[in-house]
Amino acid sequence: MEVEILARIQFAFTIAFHYIYPPLSIGLGLLMVIMEGLYLRTGDKHYETLTKFWTKIFALTFGIGVATGIVMEFEFGTNWATYSRYVGDVFGSALAAEGIFAFALESGFLGILLFGWNRVSPRVHFLATLGVWLGSMFSAVWIVVANSWQQTPTGYHIVGEGIHARAEITDFWAMVFNPSSVDRLTHVWNGAFLAGTFLVLSVHAWYLLKGKFVDISQKAFKIALSVACLASLGQLFTGHRSADGVAHNQPAKLATMEGHFDTLAPADMYLFGWVDVKNQQVTGLKIPGGLSFMLHQKFDAPVTGLNAFAEKDRPQAINAVFQFYHIMIAIGMALIGLTLLGMLLWWRGVLFQQRWLLWVFVWAVFLPQIGNQVGWFTAEMGRQPWVVYGLLRTSDALSEAVTANQVWFSLIMFTFIYLLLFTLFIYLLNKKIQHGPDATEMVQHRPGQEQMANLIGHSKSSTSSIPNPEPPNLRTPEPPKP
Amino acid sequence: MSTFIGIDYPTWWYLIVGGLFSGYAILDGFDLGAGAWHLFFKKEESRRIALNAIGPVWDGNEVWLVIGGGALFAGFPVVYATLFSFMYIPFMLFLAALIFRAVSIEFRSKEPMKWWRQMWDVSYSVSSIMLAVLLGIVLGNVLQGIAIGPDYSFQGNWLQFLNPYAIMVGLSTLALCMMHGAIYLTMKTEGRLFAKITILLRNAIVFFITSFGLVSLYTLIYLPHLVERLKSHPAFFIFPALAFLSIANIPRLVAKRRFRIAFLFSSLTVSLLLALVALGLYPTLLISSVNPAYDITIYNGASSNKSLGIMLIFAAIGAPLVLSYTAFVFYTFRGKVKMDETSY
Repeated sequence: MEVEILARIQFAFTIAFHYIYPPLSIGLGLLMVIMEGLYLRTGDKHYETLTKFWTKIFALTFGIGVATGIVMEFEFGTNWATYSRYVGDVFGSALAAEGIFAFALESGFLGILLFGWNRVSPRVHFLATLGVWLGSMFSAVWIVVANSWQQTPTGYHIVGEGIHARAEITDFWAMVFNPSSVDRLTHVWNGAFLAGTFLVLSVHAWYLLKGKFVDISQKAFKIALSVACLASLGQLFTGHRSADGVAHNQPAKLATMEGHFDTLAPADMYLFGWVDVKNQQVTGLKIPGGLSFMLHQKFDAPVTGLNAFAEKDRPQAINAVFQFYHIMIAIGMALIGLTLLGMLLWWRGVLFQQRWLLWVFVWAVFLPQIGNQVGWFTAEMGRQPWVVYGLLRTSDALSEAVTANQVWFSLIMFTFIYLLLFTLFIYLLNKKIQHGPDATEMVQHRPGQEQMANLIGHSKSSTSSIPNPEPPNLRTPEPPKP
Repeated sequence: MSTFIGIDYPTWWYLIVGGLFSGYAILDGFDLGAGAWHLFFKKEESRRIALNAIGPVWDGNEVWLVIGGGALFAGFPVVYATLFSFMYIPFMLFLAALIFRAVSIEFRSKEPMKWWRQMWDVSYSVSSIMLAVLLGIVLGNVLQGIAIGPDYSFQGNWLQFLNPYAIMVGLSTLALCMMHGAIYLTMKTEGRLFAKITILLRNAIVFFITSFGLVSLYTLIYLPHLVERLKSHPAFFIFPALAFLSIANIPRLVAKRRFRIAFLFSSLTVSLLLALVALGLYPTLLISSVNPAYDITIYNGASSNKSLGIMLIFAAIGAPLVLSYTAFVFYTFRGKVKMDETSY
């Protein structure tokens, strides 16, 4: 039992830490593709400066993402040997596909993205940026497919018994397109876009507030805000589809998410609340029959409750899953409100005068990160006590060879390393942000310098000859007052 | 059992996993080796050049380990689970070193202070050495056999991985990486640093040939099971013969200062040595030191034929892609190291 708890803590800790970084890589990657694409299309040096600046921050997140990601792959074998034998045929093939089709693309082109600016043509460099971003997107595809198969297994059959039992693929495409994979993948992608765009929004909002790098920050802010608005609205759709899927495929998880016990009653939908598991009651603000309506379009339709499941087949941490789920929803709604407000003010041409809103954007960087984390907590804790839903219990999935002392050793080791890593990450991220986009490149774009250059007969800087890339119906807002 | 060109799927997959590990050993081998030499370079400029020699490629090289690990997990889940859980401590140390190495490369250049750079230089070099040695230790244990009991139970004790043979293989692996890495650095450096590396390279060759000789001797005397196939199929003697010629060719080419060809031969040496390992083990992947009945082979440890077949298609599509990205990146950054504002 002790090994089980320790191994679960270790896995949860290492994967939660890891999951700070891949969403940033995916989201920043998308914005870098857009920025560099705009640079190629318009020739506007601002976009080149932006791409280079964000590439440096991308490198930081990517490096830590890769290093902490290998940990997960190894832990399947080291801590969860029985699980690895059980799912290897299915899960292993998705992981192998991830390595061959995603990681190789991503890491192969990373060298060119980071160090190739003076080595390859701008077009080839753009292809490298695109390759890295697509690699990170494909990586999400395969890992979410693998995880979704654990939530809603299809396309397999069980061979052997006891310790020799395992799942084998019978239909590869049924495994890939299991009932939850598409909804969860789009949900994960959008969550990653939000993580990346909100980092960009935060940093550039801060520059705007400080009156630094104003021109390029306004450009970056608009790009990121547009993507963030689409992604946050997309979350409403993919989130709803995911919840619908959970209701059909994992009713115990859905009942846990809303703290619904009674099987014959209609289910409420809570805005927030507290679950008293002993008395099977939830106190909080609710829409009576809201969950019934969402699932069956009828306020009085009964929804399967937790009492329909034996004690040993329910998640243990019911209140925690409830809270995580509701925090995710609240954050999702806040992000929609925030980005829509930003778009509205942009449309009215007054976005960058709203200092308070810019401050909100500076701090909002934490929201998608928390949302991504609690969303996964909901998905994974709500799946308990199963590691493969309905097939293999978490308590049966451990490595028999590993003792509690060994896991203590590795757990302490990872805690120490990750604390150090996180401190350094924050320190260096802050330093890069304080330093800002490369100052020497910015100098060329000061109007005074340009006049000087004209006076002494040099050709004009390329910025003055290119058309304004902004949509014509949007007035260019004034820079904020210092 | 399904076959393709007369060879069954588990054997194909055995060759693929072997090929991936061989690719990993060749690619990450030189950058681990370069890392092991790092503290031998005293000047800041030299260290930066050595670091930037592997700068654009080390991450891509490391991915071969992730792919190789994924391929082993997918193709032989029983082997993956048993090996990783039995070798818990070495693999955890390996992960720690892998993380430290990655962040050392990433963080070193971010601050100018002398203590900062020295700290990451030490961490980079020590973790590179640890990775090479730990890989060898795991390989040594695999060659020697591990304590697998009935139902995959562990019959040994947790310190057993540190046995003399495994340590010897660990040191030989380090020596091989250092030789391979030094040859790589000769292609990337100029002037005094280049001259210094050629001297280090000579020592590395001596270190490798000595340690490799000792391991071979120990293997012949104490691990007869690895040599049985050679005895029963004399045609396979071509492999040790080629490995011997390939190793002997390295000092000859280095003396003639033909470093690029020497690098090809040290890469060839890495793959031939792994081919010897593969030949010695086949069809067993994990030898049980408890009882041969508990051996895990490519047949009782493999995924289903269906799964292996699907992944053979993946490999057929993926391998040309992976090789072409790798070739393109190495081609882009060919020649001596040139520093610019994006360098480490």
